[in-house]
Amino acid sequence: MKAILNTPLIAAFTETEIWTWAFVGLTFALYAYIGWRSRVKNSAEFYVAGQGVPAIANGAATAADWMSAASFIGMAGLISFLGSDGSVYLMGWTGGYVLLALLLAPYLRKFGHYTVPDFIGARYYSETARVVAAICAIFVSITYVAGQMKGVGIVFSRFLEVDLTYGVIIGMFIVGFFAIVGGMKGITWTQVAQYFVLILAFLIPSVAISGLLTDSSIPQVGFASSDISGKLNTALIELGEKEYTQPFSNFSKLNVFCIAAALMFGTAGLPHVIVRFYTVKDVRAARYSAVWAILFIAILYTTAPALGMFARYNLITTLHQSSIQNVIVESPSGATESFDFPAQKSAAQEFILQSRTTAAANKTPLPKVVYSLHSPEGKPLDWATRWQNTGLLALDDWDGDGSISLKLRQESPGGQKRSEIAKIDKDIIVLSTPEVAQLPPWVIALVAAGGLAAALSTAAGLLLVISSSLAHDLYVRYLMPDATESQKVMIGRIAILFGILAAGYFGINPPGFVSEVVAFAFGLAAASFFPAIFLGIFYKRTNRAGATLGMIIGLAFTLVYIVLCTSNKLFPMLYDDPKNALPLLTESNYLFAGWLGGLGLGEQGIRPQGIGTVGMILNFIVTLTVSSLTAPPPKDVIDLVESVRVPRGAGTASDH
Amino acid sequence: MNPEEKEPLGSTENAHRYWIANLKIVSVLMGIWFLVAYVASIFGIEWLNQFKIGNLGLGFWMAQQGSIFIFVILVFVYAIWMDWLDRKHEVGDSK
Repeated sequence: MKAILNTPLIAAFTETEIWTWAFVGLTFALYAYIGWRSRVKNSAEFYVAGQGVPAIANGAATAADWMSAASFIGMAGLISFLGSDGSVYLMGWTGGYVLLALLLAPYLRKFGHYTVPDFIGARYYSETARVVAAICAIFVSITYVAGQMKGVGIVFSRFLEVDLTYGVIIGMFIVGFFAIVGGMKGITWTQVAQYFVLILAFLIPSVAISGLLTDSSIPQVGFASSDISGKLNTALIELGEKEYTQPFSNFSKLNVFCIAAALMFGTAGLPHVIVRFYTVKDVRAARYSAVWAILFIAILYTTAPALGMFARYNLITTLHQSSIQNVIVESPSGATESFDFPAQKSAAQEFILQSRTTAAANKTPLPKVVYSLHSPEGKPLDWATRWQNTGLLALDDWDGDGSISLKLRQESPGGQKRSEIAKIDKDIIVLSTPEVAQLPPWVIALVAAGGLAAALSTAAGLLLVISSSLAHDLYVRYLMPDATESQKVMIGRIAILFGILAAGYFGINPPGFVSEVVAFAFGLAAASFFPAIFLGIFYKRTNRAGATLGMIIGLAFTLVYIVLCTSNKLFPMLYDDPKNALPLLTESNYLFAGWLGGLGLGEQGIRPQGIGTVGMILNFIVTLTVSSLTAPPPKDVIDLVESVRVPRGAGTASDH
Repeated sequence: MNPEEKEPLGSTENAHRYWIANLKIVSVLMGIWFLVAYVASIFGIEWLNQFKIGNLGLGFWMAQQGSIFIFVILVFVYAIWMDWLDRKHEVGDSK
């Protein structure tokens, strides 16, 4: 922003920035137009859009709802650092869809009420069960939206070159605007448009990079047929890292299993995706809508691992041995010093060292060091400078040779084995890949618009779930049973505002990378909803007491574990020195740490992303045990389960 | 199965047979799902990696590509198969 204020307006914009504004502006205008065209006046349309949506459109909307900033911005970047173990995200988020399509969606469509808490309340003939389910939905959705907020924040912080905090705040306003105006009907058609924006934005750079690096422009083909995997493995070994394709090099077998399962069963229990199946005509349409959705999802999910591998390869070949041209050191007070390399190299090193020592002695924040680099071939690496400005990438030429080395070495200051990348936020990989590969500016801009489309579409769907849980399931039911239609819509909108504020807080203080935060949401959904819905359909004997207790214990166990493992990031204000604070539960104390090595599952304890699997198993045990010890459900509930099992007569979804 | 599902009464009997057939279809498809996701891509990945597809180990390829293709096919087969079952038992909404 400083640059815009200090220089003539036009000169302040690079070609990439002009394209970015154009794409973001155009796509937002399109979403706003669609939202305005299909604006809603009654609460039925606000929550489920009527049943007039064709299966293919519903499939595209589901896919957009589903593929959030985690799929678009986060996943390929995370995979590019996890290598083979990154499969947990790929399989987890697509395999879970099979569970949803085969075990839950058709039956919930037949049941035909608005929300997941509606189903739980009716199936378990209990207002308590409904309230518990509504509370679970709120926790799951807020966690999930927090991930989206960080995603939106990253896009804005990169293109406006501002701090992540301001990026998240800008994102809160934009997401809130679309969710409050639209309602479900506005969102459905907007999401169809967003699907096409995000899939094009993902495919175009992937195809271009595949064409550059391999002999096939189809990323899925280039991924398998090219020798990039071999070259990347060799390069990583030289840098002192593990082979890319080697399984269980980052996560133990136990963790791969637990994380994949938590993501799968969580997928099936996500309230904002389930609600999508209420917007089609009948049970048959729900099944075909699932086919379209998984097909649309698979296009991105089979491209992402190829992009992840290509991105890692590109990053290493351009950044490793890149030479420093200039360094700017910005002290927390705002004073800047600039040094040109190689002439002022030793002066620069002395200054950096000195200002760090002073900062450490006075306990003030460390100075920000931004290097301008040239790649080994001598091309300027502007993207590296920009990401350093956002604080999401930090480099440190600690050996003082005037170039950046990615080799892991022991002899660094402090004696830890590390490279000269001090920090790299994995969420920047997808956004920076087109720049790293030197694709044209309009492709770089398109990726920004796609990332925003992915984050917006999911955030809007989730905010509606938060709104419907707070307003429809809790507030209107218990505090204002005779609210008018317009009052209900108004309360829903106020509830969305609450959701945005909560999600914004956790977007600024995220407990992890976008995909990790979203994985927490899936773990919570797996531990709370999946057993209650699945047993509700497939096991008639499940009763009120069992399901309610099961949900409470599953959610509480999972939530507490995640909070304990991420306490330092969630609540930094509680620590004296937040940057170096440890969470209450550290890796060596994770559940089962050191227990299961003998079974060939590895010594690692269960990571917070995978704990939902344990929570779900607890939930199943509690539900089945308590159900078998207490009275069976009444006759009308048995009739309800039997009617849900037969497709005929799925009317429109209704508010009882 | 619960005793109340065995009432031999006209449409209830049909609904019961429909449900049993439905469970069989779902079990077969979920069985394949389990093989693909857990056996091939997690617990058997190291063993499968001795085979190659292109330049990638088969286990690695299954975990990052093949499993996803098979999941799409599973959901598609389910929709077609259930269409057939709905018609056979005449329980669908008429099309």
